[in-house]
Amino acid sequence: MNVIGFLKVALLALVLQGYAANVLAALNIQHWTTAEGSEVYFVENHSLPMMDVSINFRAGSAYDKPETGGTAAVTHHLMALVAGGLEEEALTNRFADIGAVLGGSFDADRASFKLRTLTSEQQAALDAFALVLHQPDFPPAVLAREQARIVAALQEAETEPDSIAQKAFMQSVYGMHPYSLDQNGEISTVQSLTVAQLRQFYQTYYTAKSAVIAMMGDLTTEQARQIAARLSAGLPQSAAVAPVPPVTAPASASVKKLPHPAVQAHILLGQPGNKRGDADFFPLYVGNYILGGGGFVSRLTEEVREKRGLAYSVYSYFMPMSQLGPFQIGLQTKKAQADEALKLVKETVQQFVDKGVTEKELAAAKDNLIGGFPLRIDSNSKILEYLNMIGFYQLPLDYLDSFNDHVAKVTVQQVNDAFKRRVHPESFATVIVGAE
Amino acid sequence: MKTPLKLARHLTRPCLLAVLISSYALPGHAEIVQTTLKNGLKVIVQEDHRAPVVVSQVWYRAGSLDEVNGKTGVAHVLEHMMFKGTKKVPAGQFSRQVAAAGGKENAFTSKDYTCYFQQLEKSRLPLSFQLEADRMANLQITDAEFAKEIEVVKEERRWRTEDKPQSRVNEQFEASVYRAHPYGRPVVGFMNDLENMTAADAREWYGTWYAPNNATIVVVGDVKAQEVFALAEKNFGKLVAKALPARKPQVEPVQLGERRAIVKAPAKLPYFVMGFHAPALKSGEAYSEQDWEPYALEVLSSILSGNGASRLNQKLVREQAIALEIDTAYDSTNRGQTSTFEVAASPSDGISQEALIKAIWGQIDELKNNGVTAAELHRVKAAVIAADVYKRDSVFYQAMQIGQLETMRYPLSLLQSNAARVQAVTSEQVQAVAKKYLLPDQLTLVSLDPQPMTTDLKPAGRPHQH
Repeated sequence: MNVIGFLKVALLALVLQGYAANVLAALNIQHWTTAEGSEVYFVENHSLPMMDVSINFRAGSAYDKPETGGTAAVTHHLMALVAGGLEEEALTNRFADIGAVLGGSFDADRASFKLRTLTSEQQAALDAFALVLHQPDFPPAVLAREQARIVAALQEAETEPDSIAQKAFMQSVYGMHPYSLDQNGEISTVQSLTVAQLRQFYQTYYTAKSAVIAMMGDLTTEQARQIAARLSAGLPQSAAVAPVPPVTAPASASVKKLPHPAVQAHILLGQPGNKRGDADFFPLYVGNYILGGGGFVSRLTEEVREKRGLAYSVYSYFMPMSQLGPFQIGLQTKKAQADEALKLVKETVQQFVDKGVTEKELAAAKDNLIGGFPLRIDSNSKILEYLNMIGFYQLPLDYLDSFNDHVAKVTVQQVNDAFKRRVHPESFATVIVGAE
Repeated sequence: MKTPLKLARHLTRPCLLAVLISSYALPGHAEIVQTTLKNGLKVIVQEDHRAPVVVSQVWYRAGSLDEVNGKTGVAHVLEHMMFKGTKKVPAGQFSRQVAAAGGKENAFTSKDYTCYFQQLEKSRLPLSFQLEADRMANLQITDAEFAKEIEVVKEERRWRTEDKPQSRVNEQFEASVYRAHPYGRPVVGFMNDLENMTAADAREWYGTWYAPNNATIVVVGDVKAQEVFALAEKNFGKLVAKALPARKPQVEPVQLGERRAIVKAPAKLPYFVMGFHAPALKSGEAYSEQDWEPYALEVLSSILSGNGASRLNQKLVREQAIALEIDTAYDSTNRGQTSTFEVAASPSDGISQEALIKAIWGQIDELKNNGVTAAELHRVKAAVIAADVYKRDSVFYQAMQIGQLETMRYPLSLLQSNAARVQAVTSEQVQAVAKKYLLPDQLTLVSLDPQPMTTDLKPAGRPHQH
């Protein structure tokens, strides 16, 4: 029990409360590069006696090969389980003993780890975090056990309509591009992964040269520099990781109708969309708010749900990635009305692309996006996520400061022009799971 | 909008501790202040000046707990209808006005309550109060809007429950463990009841429960409490209180022996829920600082499955590899004044359900006989202390805690005393609640019996592609 540690924490909070007013209103992002080549992004903030550190690698599933699919995800998964020669239980308890939380995330581009800890416990927390990053063990017995668990999850996913739809959709949209790979691998490939493959993947892709470190919270710049230097120095010092190869859009439309016993049909349609730092990012972002991104005020929700009651959820989004991430439209509806709903969605999108948006719609979108800006950065967690994104995708340091200006400058013409050039309903991939 | 809050449980729940036991104010943290308007509306404010934002929530003490047979799901349907317009703010305009102010909004319905919220830049709070005060008293439920929205709710039930085998198991579990208590009914309602529900049912619900004296406003953010109180008086002060129906105690009869049920659904992995009746922290007049059993049950749950190295996961998933997933759930606080302690698990390939259940009993018996270690207790306490700091990173979460406690009729001082009460739990107390409540005759077991995929899908193979 660390009563002493806690009292220290409490006193610190008391002292700092006095000048804590609106500390999250404006961000001063500090940026530097470690000796080993890791990029570091830091926002100092002492309003709470806690800190967050995350580290991002070009080590997502887009770096898998089809024949060894799942290598990236399993490497990331096992790193958090066994490290530094400790038993699993001991490693988990290093964090639990001090109330620290080890987290992580994984997608096609990126593998990340995140640590949240009380400032008072930072030394022990960072020691444990460094073991995960620097000394992962990949023991064969743990690999075998986790392979069985992952295979079971993949088998279950093959019965779930939303998982089936998402997998088929990504295959239709991306063909041979690595974004088409299941992020968790295939049953056959996961089963045959070896310890040597995981070690090799770790040595190649968890390199200091391509790491992006983000820190937020109760640290001084000096402390942040020491932490970043330590985390970076202990990583594999191998070559920088090459970017994900470019995506080529499928030339023609495709339709997959997959039978399923579910009572609802799950429908997805879309195409490759845009990437981070894309010249059309803001017109597409603001335009999609109007089409299907803006919660209960979007055209898709209005047509499909509000006017006709055809679905509980209908949406569209762009997911910008290193290369063209998916532009995806989705909904679920009872099977008997799937054709009607799909036809309506297609008409709504086609009309959006053909006729564009109105001045009134654009003004309403801007009101929401600009007026809601303070909500984007109202917590350490949210700011840390922006630091990760800005760093990993090499966005300008003033991305957040200039966000509202960029939104404000978007014109009706830019939205309409961007959608006409970039969105092609005539060549959408369509997937219907539970088609009648 | 309009999503029923399923207190997410079983296999997907990140950390129970963070949800329910973690709470007390750091010194220096602004105090929670409250007032009650003449019409009975309670207003609670916590100033938090870290960011220029505000969260505004309206909590109604009306959830599926208050429903009757034949009208299950009406609390949640009404939640959907609350966005369908008043004379002043026609259908669809509520969301448009909030969006125009840069806000985010939504609502959720649980067994105990229905909550509506907006997250806004701080200067926009007046809009939230205008809109909420208007729909607290002036909602119009037309037959035409109802006819469309009930179809949306049916789609929601299909998506949430009908096509998700584990949701079906959870629904069956609640129906099995509660034979009389209304917690046995699903928040989203049975499909039959949704099919037969009318606009009049929704109007009746609104007329009965939507009143200032059955509601609480919670505001957390960069505001001044006195200004919020004045704003509340201005917007809600004129609303008229209603006579609320008497709420009779609903006590589940004692379970007289083990209960089992099976759910057959298309799936691959077996899954089961073992549950036991357990007490909730007493609320209202019965609230007592001496009420320790719920705290011991929280600690028990955490020691069995609080993290990857907790007993059930460490022994049965990691060391013996006889379970793919295993998790426990226990909610100490609620309005219905009864709870369950649950263990949910999926056996590994080749391991029978009975073998895994036997191993789970082995772990429970070990704990009953030998108690827990000082290190385990220490970890639970460390998590509570840390969570009290971490939660301050979210104004929304702080407002949630306040709203839940108030709606369930717990004193807000619980936010201060809670961590100390967790820390006071002893190994003997954890043993005592395990011995008292985790009993074979009190077991309710509901299992998923995975069925092959019909309609031409191979049972465990790839979907055919056309």
